[in-house]
Amino acid sequence: MTDFLDPLPWLIMLPLAWGTLAFVLGPGRGGRLAIAAIALQGLLVLQLAGQLLAGGARVHAVGGWGAPLGIDLLADGLAAVMLLLAQAVALPLAIYARGYFAAQPKGRELFWPMTGYLLAALNALFLSADLFNIYVTLELLGLAAVGLVAIAGGQAPVTAALRYLLATLLGSGAWLLGVALIYGSYGSVSLAILAPLVGADAPLAATLAAALMLAGLLLKTALFPFHFWLPPAHGGAPAPVSALLSALVIKATFYLVLRLWLELFAPLTTVAAAQLLGILGAAAILWGSALALAQTRLKMLVAYSTVAQVGYLFLLFPLATLVPPDAAESAVQGGVMQAVAHGLAKAAMFAAAGSMIVATGRDDIGRLGGVGAHLPLTLFSFGLAGVTLMGLPPSGGFSAKWLLLRAALETGQWWWVAVMIAGGLLTAAYVFKVLRRAFLPVASGDRVTRVPRTLEFSAFALALAAILLGLFGAPLLALLAVGGAA
Amino acid sequence: MIDTWLPVGVVLSSFLPGLFIFFLAESRIRLRTALNLIGALAKLALIGVMLWGVLNDHEYVFRHTVLPGLDLVLKADALALLFVTLSAVLWLFTTLYAIGYLEGAPHRSRFFGFFSLCVTATVGVAMAGNLFTFFVFYELLTLATYPLVVHRGTEQAMRAGHVYLGYTLGGGALLLVGTVWLYGLAGQADFVHGGSLAALPPETAGQLQVVFLLLIAGVGVKAALVPLHGWLPLAMVAPAPVSALLHAVAVVKAGAFGIVRIVYEVYGVEFAQSLDLLTPLAIAAAVTIIWGSLRALFQDDLKKRLAYSTVSQVSYIALGVALFGPLGTIGGLVHLVHQGIMKITLFFCAGNYAETLGIHKISEMDGAGRRMPWTSLAFTLGAFGMIGVPPLAGFVSKWYLGLGALEAGMPWVLAVLAASSLLNAAYFLPVLHRIWFRPAPSAWPAEHIPQRGRWETAPLLLLPPLATAAAILLVGLFAASAFSPLDWAKLIADREYLQWTP
Amino acid sequence: MSVGLLYALAGAALVAIGLAGLLLLPQLLRKILAFNILGSGAFLILVGLGQRDGGIDPVPQAMVLTGIVVAIAATALALALARQLLDLSGRMRLPEDGPDAGAADD
Repeated sequence: MTDFLDPLPWLIMLPLAWGTLAFVLGPGRGGRLAIAAIALQGLLVLQLAGQLLAGGARVHAVGGWGAPLGIDLLADGLAAVMLLLAQAVALPLAIYARGYFAAQPKGRELFWPMTGYLLAALNALFLSADLFNIYVTLELLGLAAVGLVAIAGGQAPVTAALRYLLATLLGSGAWLLGVALIYGSYGSVSLAILAPLVGADAPLAATLAAALMLAGLLLKTALFPFHFWLPPAHGGAPAPVSALLSALVIKATFYLVLRLWLELFAPLTTVAAAQLLGILGAAAILWGSALALAQTRLKMLVAYSTVAQVGYLFLLFPLATLVPPDAAESAVQGGVMQAVAHGLAKAAMFAAAGSMIVATGRDDIGRLGGVGAHLPLTLFSFGLAGVTLMGLPPSGGFSAKWLLLRAALETGQWWWVAVMIAGGLLTAAYVFKVLRRAFLPVASGDRVTRVPRTLEFSAFALALAAILLGLFGAPLLALLAVGGAA
Repeated sequence: MIDTWLPVGVVLSSFLPGLFIFFLAESRIRLRTALNLIGALAKLALIGVMLWGVLNDHEYVFRHTVLPGLDLVLKADALALLFVTLSAVLWLFTTLYAIGYLEGAPHRSRFFGFFSLCVTATVGVAMAGNLFTFFVFYELLTLATYPLVVHRGTEQAMRAGHVYLGYTLGGGALLLVGTVWLYGLAGQADFVHGGSLAALPPETAGQLQVVFLLLIAGVGVKAALVPLHGWLPLAMVAPAPVSALLHAVAVVKAGAFGIVRIVYEVYGVEFAQSLDLLTPLAIAAAVTIIWGSLRALFQDDLKKRLAYSTVSQVSYIALGVALFGPLGTIGGLVHLVHQGIMKITLFFCAGNYAETLGIHKISEMDGAGRRMPWTSLAFTLGAFGMIGVPPLAGFVSKWYLGLGALEAGMPWVLAVLAASSLLNAAYFLPVLHRIWFRPAPSAWPAEHIPQRGRWETAPLLLLPPLATAAAILLVGLFAASAFSPLDWAKLIADREYLQWTP
Repeated sequence: MSVGLLYALAGAALVAIGLAGLLLLPQLLRKILAFNILGSGAFLILVGLGQRDGGIDPVPQAMVLTGIVVAIAATALALALARQLLDLSGRMRLPEDGPDAGAADD
């Protein structure tokens, strides 16, 4: 009976169920059901977080079968933080989406079922305890995400979806190859069983597997130079979809990189590999920011900003690899904090951008005049989200930057300090490019219409959460520490 | 309980009205004005309570843990209250002035919203209890002032805003690196009397010198130390109340105040002296003083001349800090207050000339004294104060700075002070000559506000500069009495020099 | 050389062919087929390397079954999208230029 009340399986079952039901019920009732169900999922994650803080990491054997025959679900601090992020982003976005699709109905029928499957895949991925299960959830996640990109139809989104699909399939193919090599070497795919085996003896096949899996994940996370698929996919989809993808989907693969790097393949990591990841991250920050600055379309600017912000996530690897434990802990905390802060802020930013586009009727930074006067709350949300992305205090982005900077200075790797500072200033440049336009009066011939209140307030809630994270980050770090992942 | 929440109350007393004002419709003038004034008066009342407490050796500290090992601390000590009181009093005057200045202008809700946020950030800077908290509010100040600088939305304002952001965000980045580095070295950077870094092992001295450079460069941008001053003259395109705020109440003061905190309460003035950090700072300040005055000489735009004058005058504060010894400290600290009162008067007056008669350039000011005698009187007091004519405020500052220079064994500083006073006279006296002794032209450039009975301009524009001009005279005349800025500065200086005996 | 290793090497060859096809072929249908070849290669490696000590290990077989289901779903989605693109643009291929290149003009 206590098994029945365990939040872990419900976090996967619920979104699957409401996703399917929403398909039957249609967008109106389906949307309402989705919002209620995501709220329930949020409560379940909070319950789970409480359990973890009280009693440490938890394992759930699905259907009572358990590994090696059945499937284990594992929740430690890192998984719980990501689950928390997923539900915290999904709930305001679901409320936003109802308003958004009322104004722009293209694709509303498929949005709710796809989102349900997307959340199911995400939650399952965070809770997976073996490599093959992760493969399945990765594929589910990819398919749901690609479907969401294409829901509005039109040549550009379908092209972007196809390009995204091919990239994501290639990425999961590499992962599957890695799984095959690992199984061939060790005869298991369970993370718990493999970790000591890899530590004891790592044949060439295991190193090759690690490289393949890492490459697949980098492709799916859109780390420079694998970012080519991201801007058109994230920039071309309807705003709630862009927000979900940028905030959550790429974080899922980042989560896997982090987990493998810190746990399974920790014995194989080298300083050179970590520096390489850091260099790719730095290149992503600079290149992504520069391209964001060059955009003329608002959503493309936000999408390139994601390319840049992904780079910050990967700075944690050189700062956490083969350095004193203090600095490593600070770096991992900073990286996870950045993932959470960026998730909230980027969702807010895409949501605010979507509202501006609905209000002005076009996706053009040059025609944003009047937004400041007519949609002050939306512009304010965009600004707050920008503050987080720039890493200005007080915000989650700042806390992340603080922790990463601290690790960089403690380990004497000052070059990453320079990258982070330069990235922050470039971010300011493209954020203010939007803000200053929006402050201007309406250009003659343009019109700014009002948008539903739910659009304004849901974006604001996300942006505010990103700011508050900067003031109340300590509990999140306490949760992260559960299970020794950090 | 009350002791913890009073500092928070001071911050919230402008933050909450500010948030509320953002969402007010443009037409709710009365409610907006009421919110502004209630906020300003509530802040003054709270500060009054704390002033009383600090005199009686009370401590007001609020502490909130943001991350493990990283606290947000608001603390009201004597030094904090010096700056908080200055900001809160001048904010009240500036708010009144802005209400008059912006009558009928568009986007007033946005303006007053950011105006309140700006003061919120300033009192936060003033009451920051450690370097991290200081940094938080310092960056908030940048974000809150940007919309004010670009408020007019003209091409020129946008460009000035761009430059302003570039400088201040860059400075913020340097400050951040320095702060993180210091936290890494020392574990914390709380502001305590006499500083806390002297206890660090001697092999960190080299790193501490680099950190000092980063920190001072970071706050030096807002304090407009040459060569980091480029944004200030450009930012004068902002409306006059904003200029008053930038130059007297908030931004440059936050920078100068940062220098005070870093030298006295992070490093400790004695430790800073032992690391050979003070002399370079004094030289930078001296160069800024002379350079700003020289540039001011050649400006025909009145606000631009005042802006360069600020560049020069604010560095008196840095100079006083860099003069090792209590007298220099007193001179620097008291100038923090005196410069604020004098410069805000001058900017109010410049705003009055522009709003009433359309005068923007010094060459247009001939005979303005006859049309606007009260404004011109206030302007004259401000200018004389800047030159350092006794018994006005500026004289008191310069007197103590001079004494401090002798005490610190840096007689060359006296030459800098003398040269600067001469230059001040050289760029202010011609203006006064035009105002009072030249005949008025047949028509003013653009007379927006006609003479109405005795009122040479709108009452809300005239009364604030008259009040602050009176203050210039009073703080000078009564400098020796209790509760004067000088008296308070002496109290602070007493606490910063721990082992030093003259 | 054991049979298992032979399977695995054949699988590796299939993966290489599939990868080359996925990256180099411009035609969408061929890309989708190439992906399927790549997937089959991976499955073959999984089964081949799993056959150790002569005995047949059921776990990789089960994994491959699951993998095939996933691959079919992915193929179906890819075909549906390709079909949609054909209807919209009349072409069965992705535009050549990279998205970064079009930064300023879209």
